[in-house]
Amino acid sequence: MHEMSLCEGVLQVIEDNARQQNYAKVSAVWLEIGALAGVEVEAMRFCFDAVTRGTIADGARLEILDMPGTAWCMDCMKSVTVSARYDLCPSCEGARLHVTGGDEMRIKELEVV
Amino acid sequence: MCNVCGCGEGEVKVEGEAHGHDHGHDHGHHGHDHDHGHRHDHVHDYGQGPAHAHAPGMSQGRMVQIEQDILAKNNEYAAANRRYFAHRGVLALNLVSSPGSGKTSLLTRTIADLGDEFTLAVIEGDQQTANDADRIRATGVKAIQINTGKGCHLDGHMVGHALDHLEPEAGSMVFIENVGNLVCPAAFDLGEAAKVAILSITEGEDKPIKYPDMFHASDLVLLNKIDLLPHLEFDVEACIANARRVNPRAKVLKVSATTGEGMEAWYQWLRAHRQIALLEAAAPAAAAATV
Repeated sequence: MHEMSLCEGVLQVIEDNARQQNYAKVSAVWLEIGALAGVEVEAMRFCFDAVTRGTIADGARLEILDMPGTAWCMDCMKSVTVSARYDLCPSCEGARLHVTGGDEMRIKELEVV
Repeated sequence: MCNVCGCGEGEVKVEGEAHGHDHGHDHGHHGHDHDHGHRHDHVHDYGQGPAHAHAPGMSQGRMVQIEQDILAKNNEYAAANRRYFAHRGVLALNLVSSPGSGKTSLLTRTIADLGDEFTLAVIEGDQQTANDADRIRATGVKAIQINTGKGCHLDGHMVGHALDHLEPEAGSMVFIENVGNLVCPAAFDLGEAAKVAILSITEGEDKPIKYPDMFHASDLVLLNKIDLLPHLEFDVEACIANARRVNPRAKVLKVSATTGEGMEAWYQWLRAHRQIALLEAAAPAAAAATV
């Protein structure tokens, strides 16, 4: 959707952290991206390379950890796995689902040198 | 140029003002950091700089835990905007829709009907032109245009700058008309009290499930152009059911900005939410506890 802006957000967080923790080069970045976050992973990789060029994270390896979409089914009274917001409950096919996870867009950790 | 945050989003313009592209163009590759690598006292600090590891099997890299939202920066700007609104008792709404859903017409109608009752102000987001801000200003209401250039959404930072220029009055309502796009603006908090999605019935009843993130993020859906119902095959109930499927708490109001049908319900919604904004300004501690 807006992977370029997201990558700029990643770089801002990295640059702020680099100033605080005093490192000059990032060699790998781990992101957690949820299935419901609306992020195209391939677009993210493409934009990451473009955005980080000439920066502290130039050439850094991008590792993306896929996080499953989860929801609470109010009819089954249990947690189920979903792949989209409009999914029906895989057990009862009901629509009374409350999404509980899978919209993560987090920077988990970095490898720095 | 931006004195506040050192920002450098070259293409963004707040009402004709080129914004901040004289910052940050000397990162790293022009050798401004003269104190690196030329220490004459021969202290070799292996903790920094590129790897010269001699110990076999030892990685020079170290891990840094971040555990931060990618949008953390935007969320900081949005939180600052939210404090600004809360402090002044301003109701701020983020209006999102496809291009051509009738957002600006809905706004001009709202201004015409409520302009005497409330002080209103508008932030217009478009890739190019100040046409929409001009349309709003023609009604006598304060408006400021943000041109995002190639950007597909407003972010908290742009809105913060627009607020510096707009200076909305205490107790007023600020409508932020986002870039016409049902995808990207969903993720970017601007500091608004609520997102309002405008969906016109010429677009098809399956829009909410085609663009679930936006409808999930919206508190209110205005189903616009209902005066055209007799001319179209549009299943209102199916559309509402689709909206509820991605967002069980969504409220849906049927309106026509052209004929005025249903607009009173929207105005009642606005009055109720403005009251809440005023209460939050009066009791900031209680407001913070509910966020």
